[in-house]
Amino acid sequence: MPDAQATLSVTVSRGGYDSRQRQIFAVPAHENQTVLDVVSWIQQSLDPTLSYRFACRVGMCGSCAMTVNGVPRWTCRTHVKKVLDGDRLEIGPLRNLPVIKDLAVDMEPFFDKWVAAEGRHHPTRGRAEPIAPIDPLDAQRQTANAGIECINCSVCYAACDTVAANADYLGPAALQRAWTLLNDAKDGNRQGILDAVSGSGGCHNCHSMGSCTAYCPNELDPMSAIAGLKRETARTFFKRRG
Amino acid sequence: MKRPARAHPLWLAFVLHRLSGLGLALFLPVHFWVLSLALTDPARLDQALHFTERPLVKLAEFGLVFLLAVHFFGGLRLLALEWLPWSAPQKSLAAAAVAVSFLVSGTFFLRAI
Amino acid sequence: MMLDLRLYMLQRLSALVMAPFVLVHLGVMIYAIQGGLSAAEILGRTQGSLGWFLFYGLFVLAAGLHAAIGLRVILHEWTGLCGRALTGATWAIGAALIFLGGRAVLAVTWGGA
Repeated sequence: MPDAQATLSVTVSRGGYDSRQRQIFAVPAHENQTVLDVVSWIQQSLDPTLSYRFACRVGMCGSCAMTVNGVPRWTCRTHVKKVLDGDRLEIGPLRNLPVIKDLAVDMEPFFDKWVAAEGRHHPTRGRAEPIAPIDPLDAQRQTANAGIECINCSVCYAACDTVAANADYLGPAALQRAWTLLNDAKDGNRQGILDAVSGSGGCHNCHSMGSCTAYCPNELDPMSAIAGLKRETARTFFKRRG
Repeated sequence: MKRPARAHPLWLAFVLHRLSGLGLALFLPVHFWVLSLALTDPARLDQALHFTERPLVKLAEFGLVFLLAVHFFGGLRLLALEWLPWSAPQKSLAAAAVAVSFLVSGTFFLRAI
Repeated sequence: MMLDLRLYMLQRLSALVMAPFVLVHLGVMIYAIQGGLSAAEILGRTQGSLGWFLFYGLFVLAAGLHAAIGLRVILHEWTGLCGRALTGATWAIGAALIFLGGRAVLAVTWGGA
């Protein structure tokens, strides 16, 4: 029936952190349409009180990440046709982060864990000294490079069941960043990083489910980065016990 | 435990590993208690062993060996993934080898019963 | 508190220790069940044997440790148990498994019922 094709039935999870409801909207279907288009249309044409985040809308900032039909995705890079279930679409906020309102979540715990994993560069030289040369073809550098394009969208954090089950767990993004710094020849706090990822929320909680790698929109591989951290911490475990 | 809409192979491997471990952990105390009967009540031990000859029990035993094989080989896969510098295709190969080994061991056990 | 480096290493190391034990145990079982199981047959092989005592004794220690840590993770992730209650449960489970297992080892390797 032509009418059924022309309309999407979109269920949106609404409300604050303590009271959630699901609201259904009828949205006109188009040939080329992203989930972000759908959410924007609802807010602009049907319900101006709908809260959501976006910025670049071209897949480089990660702000528009939401749960679409149960899967965390960048909504600006998700064609409706790819995820449509019949004529139904279900949109909600990212999992594992506190909800502020409707589809907007509080990213603070994500960034707090980023810092807790020692995810910031620890310099070894001052500005007066010459820059340390790094060979881009160096194996260690290539290992680090594999993870540096993370834009902190927290799709991996939302996808991870261990993050959901364990409040202390630092999560794939933070641990991947720690791994890139561990492999950065210019970083001066190797032991600090290893200690930060060996605590109660550390890399050893990872069960290698691989949802992080499966869902990363940038096609990064946090699971392998975490495996690297496990390897390095295991190695120093024996060294320390001598 | 909430899962993503599309459960992918590595996630299924995790679930299998966890459930098999749980199953084995629940089986162990029973296994220990039955064996201790040799100390306290050997006649009852013989009774229990005779009980295990029933076909349903044989099936359950195969189930246990399955859990053990799954957990054992799954664990080896995890150790390889974490501690060996293997690349992705090699890991798939390892998984395939593991599946075959398990099939072999399972058949072996069935033959023995 | 949760699975930190030490617990992780104990888990992995106990797994590695158990790997050859599991294979031997499976082999022994397949051999033992040929022609039916009986208490007399089992005990005839294992009683009074220092070798089997050491083998199964070590096996029980490793298994008790491994299972306790594994169950600790499951308890925390699936029931939310944490802090002292979680640590208490972990020790209790480990102790129970090693106690029951130890009894079974004694029952089967020390001479006479």
